[in-house]
Amino acid sequence: MSLDRTAVAKIAKLARLKMEPERLDAMTSELNSILSFVEELQSVNTDNIPPMTSVMPMKLRQREDEVTDGGKPDAVLKNAPQRQGDFYTVPKVVE
Amino acid sequence: MAIDPSTLTIAGALEGLAKKDFTSVELTQASIEAMQAARPLNAMITETPEKALEMAKASDARRAAGKAGLLEGIPLAIKDLFCTEGVLTTAASHILDGFKPAYESTATANLWQAGAVMLGKLNLDEFAMGSSNETSYYGPAINPWRAQDGTRLVPGGSSGGSAAAVAAGFALGATGTDTGGSIRQPASLCGITGIKPTYGRVSRWGIVAFASSLDQAGPMTRSVRDSALMLQAMAGFDPKDSTSVDTPVPDYAANLEAGVKGLRIGIPREYRMDGMNPEILALWEQGKAWLKDAGAEIVDIHLPHTHYALSAYYIVAPAEASSNLARYDGVRYGLRVPGKDLIEMYENTRGEGFGREVQRRIMIGTYVLSAGYYDAYYTKAQRVRTLIKKDFEQAFQRVDAILTPTAPNTAFPLGAKTDDPITMYLNDVFTVPVNLAGLPGMSLPAGMGADGLPWGLQLIGRPFDEATLLRVGRTVEKAANFTAKPTAWWRA
Amino acid sequence: MAEKDYIQGATGPWEIVIGMEVHAQVLSKSKLFSGASTVFGAEPNHQVSLVDAAMPGMLPVINKYCIEQAVRTGLGLKAQINLHSVFDRKNYFYADLPQGYQISQYKQPIVGEGKLLLDMPDGTTREIGITRLHLEQDAGKSLHDQSPRETFVDLNRSGVALMEIVSEPDMRNSEEAGLYLKKLRTILRYLGTCDGNMDEGSMRADVNVSVRRPGEGLGTRCEIKNVNSVRFVQQAIEYEARRQIEILEEGGQIDQETRLFDTGKGVTRSMRSKEEAHDYRYFPDPDLLPLELDGEWVNQIARGLPELPDEKKARFIEKLGLSPYDASVLVAEKESADFYEKVAKGRDGKLCANWVITEYFGLLNKSGQSMDDFVITAEKLGGLIDLISDNTISNRLAKDVFALMVETGKDAATIVEEKGMKQVTDTGAIEAVIDAVMAANADKVAEYRSGKDKLFGFFVGQTMKASGGKANPNAVNELLKKKLAG
Repeated sequence: MSLDRTAVAKIAKLARLKMEPERLDAMTSELNSILSFVEELQSVNTDNIPPMTSVMPMKLRQREDEVTDGGKPDAVLKNAPQRQGDFYTVPKVVE
Repeated sequence: MAIDPSTLTIAGALEGLAKKDFTSVELTQASIEAMQAARPLNAMITETPEKALEMAKASDARRAAGKAGLLEGIPLAIKDLFCTEGVLTTAASHILDGFKPAYESTATANLWQAGAVMLGKLNLDEFAMGSSNETSYYGPAINPWRAQDGTRLVPGGSSGGSAAAVAAGFALGATGTDTGGSIRQPASLCGITGIKPTYGRVSRWGIVAFASSLDQAGPMTRSVRDSALMLQAMAGFDPKDSTSVDTPVPDYAANLEAGVKGLRIGIPREYRMDGMNPEILALWEQGKAWLKDAGAEIVDIHLPHTHYALSAYYIVAPAEASSNLARYDGVRYGLRVPGKDLIEMYENTRGEGFGREVQRRIMIGTYVLSAGYYDAYYTKAQRVRTLIKKDFEQAFQRVDAILTPTAPNTAFPLGAKTDDPITMYLNDVFTVPVNLAGLPGMSLPAGMGADGLPWGLQLIGRPFDEATLLRVGRTVEKAANFTAKPTAWWRA
Repeated sequence: MAEKDYIQGATGPWEIVIGMEVHAQVLSKSKLFSGASTVFGAEPNHQVSLVDAAMPGMLPVINKYCIEQAVRTGLGLKAQINLHSVFDRKNYFYADLPQGYQISQYKQPIVGEGKLLLDMPDGTTREIGITRLHLEQDAGKSLHDQSPRETFVDLNRSGVALMEIVSEPDMRNSEEAGLYLKKLRTILRYLGTCDGNMDEGSMRADVNVSVRRPGEGLGTRCEIKNVNSVRFVQQAIEYEARRQIEILEEGGQIDQETRLFDTGKGVTRSMRSKEEAHDYRYFPDPDLLPLELDGEWVNQIARGLPELPDEKKARFIEKLGLSPYDASVLVAEKESADFYEKVAKGRDGKLCANWVITEYFGLLNKSGQSMDDFVITAEKLGGLIDLISDNTISNRLAKDVFALMVETGKDAATIVEEKGMKQVTDTGAIEAVIDAVMAANADKVAEYRSGKDKLFGFFVGQTMKASGGKANPNAVNELLKKKLAG
């Protein structure tokens, strides 16, 4: 499988990465070299082999339903690049 | 008395503190001076000398009150991937500009609980993605070991700053994280000891995530005993991490000197690869001989899917990373680069905030998870991962630990491998399978190459059997008797 | 499908096909993966943990009670409970989605196929298939109207547990869609797994609408997002079906897309901001492990389930003799059913049902109060019904007594006593009244006796009137017949 420039631009869009045209060319060839490197996996016989879901045999632990957190807007907001009162703000979204 | 932290181990310093040879404040002051003198290594992103002295003072008071913890008064440096309360935390990325967490990672909190002192935050590859520390937004960390002609070399990565700080001697120990070899490979390239614990042994809470199913934090130190002590403090069950394992932490130092008599050590034939450096092959043979001489039985084993580990890793790790790094969007913390609308703000922020290697991995990860490719790449890689884990499970039915090389090369010059990502990725060929299987692995300095640079050997253990791993490591350490130290050229 | 459901277009009949995805907020104290509170209406970003704000290194830990609530809901929908399920990440960027992904369940949800019965107005029922139910995180809230150039983001909702309940495309008109939503809400409220409060956004529906010629395969559907009331769901479907039919009849084709319902204009419109094709890149969340449930634990929850509306309705019909319609009116809200059962305990079920449905609900609605606040308790209504049953007052007079009870807060017996409204059953007294009535209407008596039977009603009316409504109607009937016969 080989990616062309248009496909790479689409992936960049999906990943929300601004990519200048010249960078896009370099990225296309880098991605293709990585993809051809990992191509060897296709030759491994994985019939009836389940994909790994948890590397250590563990059960998902569950916590009790108690309010133990929240009530600290300062900790939540103090690193915000922009805020209005206790809201984060972003450029206006038109739906 | 004048203290030279580069001559001390953690265990040695604890003895000195206990015997009142020096105080934590004195030891910390000496470490701060050494850290400042070592600035040419660019091992630190943030130095916190005032905090260090404050913590040292409090430590001396605790010791005086008879309340000394396991690492009481020991100055350590922290990889800048661990969130530290009120202290700039960057992951060596532009995108986390100015980020000061309101929380402390569980692993570091455990260290402070044990009495340790923080010198500052260490350089690393951006978001721990790299094997040379050259992807850092803050510039590369430099290996204290130089080439014979004086060429500056990389310390390995991603925990390059950690390895450099410990090898240069200003930190008695450092934290690292290891997703595909990021503790062990730099330990090997800098001539120190590092251990990646079993997945689930050290809490991931508060550590900036790279690839959640592979990331584990661990210690980087100057001796096996020091690693045992530091791991003892870092490890433990954490209810805030759903993948943290609820089993007690054994006393890792207790059986260090028990030797290897009767233990069976596996030598996987698949780790002998085409075109391997003869020096590391010879050192590997030497390692076998040391263990055999110490009474271990050497067993040839088979790990048939080793060859595919790197490929599986370069699908699984970027896939998880692409999702883990989606939160860096300029909304709640870190860098924001304005744009005419929300989408453009995202694209500008992430396009400017992430470096090339990080972008590469986000792109690969996004692609392999996308509709139509998911099964061919991601599911396939996770199946291969199952096979790799099975290989180890079968091997561990016959052996107690596995001995392999850590890295295929010694430290290399800056820029030597930055042109082609694949060349760089190959540095992790021996370490990556261990992460894919979730096993504990450690690297020990075992010998010097003709180029005057250290080589490391890797030991791989059973899940949660770090104790045996450390015990075997101690045996290799004694036999190797690695005492070489870099000259302190950076002080000139 | 009955032909009455078809929409007549210019070129012939069309059938509407409707499926729904309902997002129901799980009733729990804390969020699905963090310990922050779920209480509605807090100051912005005051119920946010560092996990909900997706700070670096923060990790999710699942809330056991939310799992239990999902299982309970699944059992209430007679659905398959999957003992093994998986949490996936659904990746997309949005200002109120801090992680850049939503933790949801994609291929392996906690609940599989189930069913829900619609109670049709004619007393019959209709089964709607449930495809699945899964647990997921809610997003935060974006406020677009606070500033001309900025959108404000509040993460209080971020991470609150939702159940997404997906139906089969089994509904054929807006009425059924409305009934579906109401019935689902009833079941959730019976189970105590969601408060069903649509005003506060505790229940929102995504409605999938397509049209087709009767007997043909499914048409292309449009998804109308986030509709938050039964009325709007119905309006949106009506509009959307007409829109699609119009396009098809003009030879056009339907684009599969996401649309918004404009409640002001009553129209659906394409969501332009979502135009870009989504690729959610689902994969199992590596911060969590697969969820394994213990079968015995599930059985225990099953044993603790309350009686659900369908079962209650069946019992009301079988044991208390109610009509299917009355029974479904009473079970629609658990509160009403409980009230009715209290009233009906030890009394005539049908009589009580009539009183609760007609008189009680009538005055309750008029009062604008909640059942809890309303002056008429089950005991008081029961007391009134007792006076009817033992012939102390007539059913007609009881209505006046009931109005006085609401007005004064007094109980029925006191009012009857004070006002002297006790029914007269003493035959002597009634005979005296009848005699007086007959004497005053001698001409009518003669007409009656000469064969004009219809006048009987006149004499009953006059007698009741003369007795001030207190005469026992049965006694009046009997005595009148005897006396008029001569």
